[in-house]
Amino acid sequence: MKPVPFSHNIADTLQLASKALNTDGSKIIAGGQSIGPMLNLRLVRPTTLIGVTRLEELQKIHIIGDTLSIGAAVTHARIEDGIDGVDLPPMMRHVARSIAYRAVRNKGTLGGSLAHADPAADWVTTMTALDAQLVIRDARGKSRREPMASFMRGAYRTGLQQDECITAVEMPVAMGQALWGYDKICRKVGEFADAIGAIVIHPDLKYARVVVGATEDAPLLLPDMAREIARTATAPSLGDIDSTLATYLPGASRVKRQLLKTALSRAIAKVIPS
Amino acid sequence: MKTGIGAKVPRKEDARHLNGTAQFVGDIKMSHLWEAAYVRSPLAHAKIKSITKPEGFEDRVFSMADMVGLGPIAAQSTLPTYNQSNHWPLAKDKVRFVGECIVMCVAPTRAEAEDLAEAVIVDLEPLPVHVTVDTALAPNAEKLHDEWENNLFLTTQFDTDLTEIRKTAAVVVEREYSTARQCMAPMEGKGALAYWDGKADQLVIYTSTQVPHLIRTGLAECMGLDQGEVRVIAPDVGGGFGYKCVLQPEELTVGWAAKHLGRPIRWTEDRREHLTAGANTREHKYKMTAYADDTGRLLGVDADIWVDVGAYSVWPFTACLEAAQAGGNLPGPYDLGAYACRTYSVATNKPGFTPYRGVARPGVCFAMELTIDAIARAVGRDPLDVRRLNLVPGSKMPYTNITGKFYDTGDYPEAARQAAEMIDAKSFAKRKAEAASTGRHLGIGFSSFTEQSAHGTKVFASWGLALVPGYEQAMVKLAPTGSVEVKSGNQTTGQGLETTIAQVASDWLSLDISSIKVTMGDTGMTPYSTGAYASRGMVMAGGAVSKASEELARRIRVLGAHLLQCKAEETELKDGAVFRGAASVSLKQIAQAWYLRPDLLPDNIETTGMEVTEGYKPTIDTGVFTYATHAAVVEVDIETGKVDILDYVIFEDCGTRVNPLILDGQSYGGAAQGIGTALFEEVIYDSAGQPLTSTLADYILPGPAELPSFRLGHSESPSPYSRHGIKGVGEGAAIAPSGALVNAINDALTPFGAEINSIPATPHRILQAIFDARDAREMLEAAE
Ligand SMILES: Cc1cc2nc3c(=O)[nH]c(=O)nc-3n(C[C@H](O)[C@H](O)[C@H](O)COP(=O)(O)OP(=O)(O)OC[C@H]3O[C@@H](n4cnc5c(N)ncnc54)[C@H](O)[C@@H]3O)c2cc1C
Repeated sequence: MKPVPFSHNIADTLQLASKALNTDGSKIIAGGQSIGPMLNLRLVRPTTLIGVTRLEELQKIHIIGDTLSIGAAVTHARIEDGIDGVDLPPMMRHVARSIAYRAVRNKGTLGGSLAHADPAADWVTTMTALDAQLVIRDARGKSRREPMASFMRGAYRTGLQQDECITAVEMPVAMGQALWGYDKICRKVGEFADAIGAIVIHPDLKYARVVVGATEDAPLLLPDMAREIARTATAPSLGDIDSTLATYLPGASRVKRQLLKTALSRAIAKVIPS
Repeated sequence: MKTGIGAKVPRKEDARHLNGTAQFVGDIKMSHLWEAAYVRSPLAHAKIKSITKPEGFEDRVFSMADMVGLGPIAAQSTLPTYNQSNHWPLAKDKVRFVGECIVMCVAPTRAEAEDLAEAVIVDLEPLPVHVTVDTALAPNAEKLHDEWENNLFLTTQFDTDLTEIRKTAAVVVEREYSTARQCMAPMEGKGALAYWDGKADQLVIYTSTQVPHLIRTGLAECMGLDQGEVRVIAPDVGGGFGYKCVLQPEELTVGWAAKHLGRPIRWTEDRREHLTAGANTREHKYKMTAYADDTGRLLGVDADIWVDVGAYSVWPFTACLEAAQAGGNLPGPYDLGAYACRTYSVATNKPGFTPYRGVARPGVCFAMELTIDAIARAVGRDPLDVRRLNLVPGSKMPYTNITGKFYDTGDYPEAARQAAEMIDAKSFAKRKAEAASTGRHLGIGFSSFTEQSAHGTKVFASWGLALVPGYEQAMVKLAPTGSVEVKSGNQTTGQGLETTIAQVASDWLSLDISSIKVTMGDTGMTPYSTGAYASRGMVMAGGAVSKASEELARRIRVLGAHLLQCKAEETELKDGAVFRGAASVSLKQIAQAWYLRPDLLPDNIETTGMEVTEGYKPTIDTGVFTYATHAAVVEVDIETGKVDILDYVIFEDCGTRVNPLILDGQSYGGAAQGIGTALFEEVIYDSAGQPLTSTLADYILPGPAELPSFRLGHSESPSPYSRHGIKGVGEGAAIAPSGALVNAINDALTPFGAEINSIPATPHRILQAIFDARDAREMLEAAE
């Protein structure tokens, strides 16, 4: 299990990184926790890997106005520890703790996780629930923003172009005060999820989101259910959740639906105790 | 002696492992060393039409046709209906499982070797694939081995008459069980490094093996060399579990390449190779009928056992050892009056079956223990009571069971009682009811077994093996510095044998184990041993070291007596010296007299020297039987199917405990692996025989967080048939967890009418069982 030959380019500036990225066969490596195994299995066969974890812009956690900005190369461990002087939403710190093991969290990054777009990963669902925006920069230095809710197109598919790099993830600072519930069902500690349920409600912002993750596709938003929960302050019944899931995920097996249903109802119960 | 038998001393081998200074095959550095990678079959069953090597690299890329002089692995058996398979180290004509080696590539680094492997073109013509024993046994099924009549390696039959019991039994319980195919997943995968030693005129192979002397025989045979031309060295081995007790094709091709290229060649198994080509164990299927009276007393058992043994028969243990053990061990620790069993060792398109820690018994114990609980439910009694009613009681020891196994010592029902006490079974009903009132579902389960250990010559011969263990040998030497050297051809793979056999020598020679140097696993330096398997190390190597140490102690006293100017009978060996009353000479003085100042010794001195090699086996060949009962309390989350182990106890008896710390470690490790078997581990194949669990993200091993804090209890019933009353214990704890845990799960699932009969008991299986039971209930209600 060894990768194909490639050259390793550790960029000093974002400009250089973007330029290098603009050639076919080049690919970003951040923490290497997802691309590493893919390289070894020769499922990715780059000619050049461009390391981005040394780029200062990608390492910053800061607040601009009422927006919280987290650099794409910030590790899960830094989010878990929350010791960067900027308050992070408690939901993020909670989720970070349940990703893999500390050794993986020390390396793996927020941007890498979102770019990798594994349906069973934690950040894709969490960032959808928190209505995060991705800041994406192309080779010419132009930045655009894309909401997480549309960024992931499907399993391992995103809106990223070959020459694009995620530089940061943004969300309203106020998300730190939101009510939230997150439930991850997995076979063992540190494992990818078999089902994820997430809910974020912010009454002042009139914000309510319910998301189901690990569906084998992009995270599933359930806007009607979210609206109903916000309006009535009551949790939907298990039967309601089940039939909603059956409608949205007709291909899911009975067992899968059971797990998704359980994860979602447990997440909701954290916001609306029964 | 404070480091002798029974002492809780930390392991001699720990320092190097904790400091990272141990030497595994992968750690060896050698100049001109090249690495090997294999082109492995992407298909489960296919004809090889052609092999095209990358141009310009013909001298680094080898197919079977190139490896002139190398023969197939052809495990023989003396059993009459056995079908032999020829496993060519590189596939010839046909491939029979995904991961089978077809071409070997060598290069200065593994990555370059893999680049070469990728450039080889193998043209395959797919053939029908057998992923289950059912399709393999279907009429007119495609054959794996063309020269056979069907896809059966072997069938066996055991039959005592059940006719009368069938007519009269008050209770009949019928079940079908299955156990998944597993990988053994040692921390260190397989690895081998070979070079030709010009001076010794010898192929030297470092290989991660449990059985260096056997591998020497196998290598010499397949390579057409004399034994003298082969030296096998097992360096540090990071877990064996059976995976490393057979001759592997890569050992042969690495050996061939080293000899013919004139440079060292190494292959290091990677995790993907292990999880595919090494997916080779545990897969059984059972159809069982048990007969009991209305108290739950077992009257008879009738069983069919299918073992999915894959494509090839492993050397030397064959594809049939598993089924032989399954058929022989199904009655387990129970007093059973009648028994019929047919076993089928079925060839399928999977890697060749290799015996794994516990050999067949994790499967049969699971089947038997679930059956005991099913009987208890059928007669409305507590499973613990039914178990104790049927276990062979101490008063019947020694006891010969229905399949002829000779249980030497112990009290099996007492172990069950002790385990029940440890887990506080009495108060469990109350705890269960309390939990139920808050919507939590608890269950309790038990599992009892015997562990035949160090079974010897006649037992292995009866299983038809062409290679049978006999006397184990060991060499013990007093060195000129007064320290002791122990040499054993057995091998430690992490189980602590280096420490425990030193403890045995320590007892006889009254030296601290820090002054006893143990060398194992090098055929150039150690006397013959068939190696580490069948829980035999402590009994056999320990016994041989004991015998050799006893003789060395005698000789030391003879020399000491000369120096003390008295008779040997007047002396005593203690505290590292030979004493006559208060006068003494130290072992060092004695050693120096023998080696450096023989002028101090009289002319008529005994000349046998300070180096003793002795052979040993227990006074019976049938093995000495360790036994235990495991008990578990679990909580089943019926909404997710997840199982949480709330409590887990083991009450065991392995005779004399040579080192209680190491014994506990063996129990923890074995039980952890057993929990993997029970709840997590499963190699999944698609219908084309593709393994879908080729990374550790898909093949789930339990981690620390999934394991309970095991609580252990012990009794000691030494065997009268082995030196020091020692019994083997290496495999035992891996045997019972599936029985205890699934019985506990089924106890928790009783209110839902669901029952698990297949392992691993994954969340998916548990939820599916709950759904199935619910559907059945609803259908019934609808019908009414
Ligand atoms: C044992 C193990 C267990 C794990 N368990 C979990 C888990 O429970 N939950 C979970 O969510 N994850 C889990 N992971 C995945 C882990 O969180 C990874 O860190 C993450 O998926 C990828 O982040 P990375 O920085 O390592 O990215 P890399 O592996 O370096 O890159 C991943 C992909 O993203 C691209 N990329 C990286 N950074 C950028 C960027 N800034 N802009 C554009 N593209 C970029 C790369 O080109 C690559 O395609 C686990 C991983 C391991 C090894």
